[in-house]
Amino acid sequence: MDYRSSLAKVRGLGSAKSGASHWWMQRVTAVVLIPLSYWLITFLSLSFHAPYQHIIAWLIVPVNTVCIIAWMLAAFYHAALGLQVVIEDYVAAEGVKIIAVWTVNISFFMLVLVALVAVFRILLIG
Amino acid sequence: MNRLLIDHNHLLDKAMAVPSNRPTSPHLHSYKLPLTGIISITHRMTGVLLSIGLVCFVVIMSAIAGGQQSYDNIQSLAAFWPIKLIYWGFSYALVFHLCHGVRHLIWDAGKGFDRETMDRYALIEMGISLAMTINILLFI
Repeated sequence: MDYRSSLAKVRGLGSAKSGASHWWMQRVTAVVLIPLSYWLITFLSLSFHAPYQHIIAWLIVPVNTVCIIAWMLAAFYHAALGLQVVIEDYVAAEGVKIIAVWTVNISFFMLVLVALVAVFRILLIG
Repeated sequence: MNRLLIDHNHLLDKAMAVPSNRPTSPHLHSYKLPLTGIISITHRMTGVLLSIGLVCFVVIMSAIAGGQQSYDNIQSLAAFWPIKLIYWGFSYALVFHLCHGVRHLIWDAGKGFDRETMDRYALIEMGISLAMTINILLFI
């Protein structure tokens, strides 16, 4: 059932956009990130202190591989969603706003791809 | 007809624009932020900083994938004290953002909005995030 008027749809106002799903996904990723932060903290700590073979051995344990990849997907998505809100709050000019949000989304998509490829390369080493 | 419509829209825009000499409320220069307000803007700032920190994560993961030599290079960089300081700041930002994020989830459930609860939660958040940061730096 769609209660919006034709004019509202054409103008792209209100619920014609995707605010509800943005809000919801921000919460879903937030909840997922609470337990997964354990793997980020462990990984960072290892990267500061552990010898090379040690961190490789940790990363190729299946539960660690899965959880660090899950953390990456949730965290980069969560960051892009959050930065979008910050941009929308402080950038008034519509054109600049759209370009900034797209730049953030594409950048974080590329960053998570680079990180994913790195994990796969590590699995090949180990 | 078209011309009329454009003029009408123009007038509407003018009527809706806020005149610059009118006071705005609450103005940040004359309004003392309550503790929850300070924590709220800190949540936002830590969120932005942590997002930038994700770039460092990608660099570290790529360095590990690059082999022993690039990993050693990254680790020798991590031995410098400014890098360590950034790491500690990053840890605190992470834990703080997590703690206040939990409060946002409690708010989303429609709970914890009265004044006493807000101030109590604020102190709990800051205490727990400090304790967890020390825990991370000392024991993990």
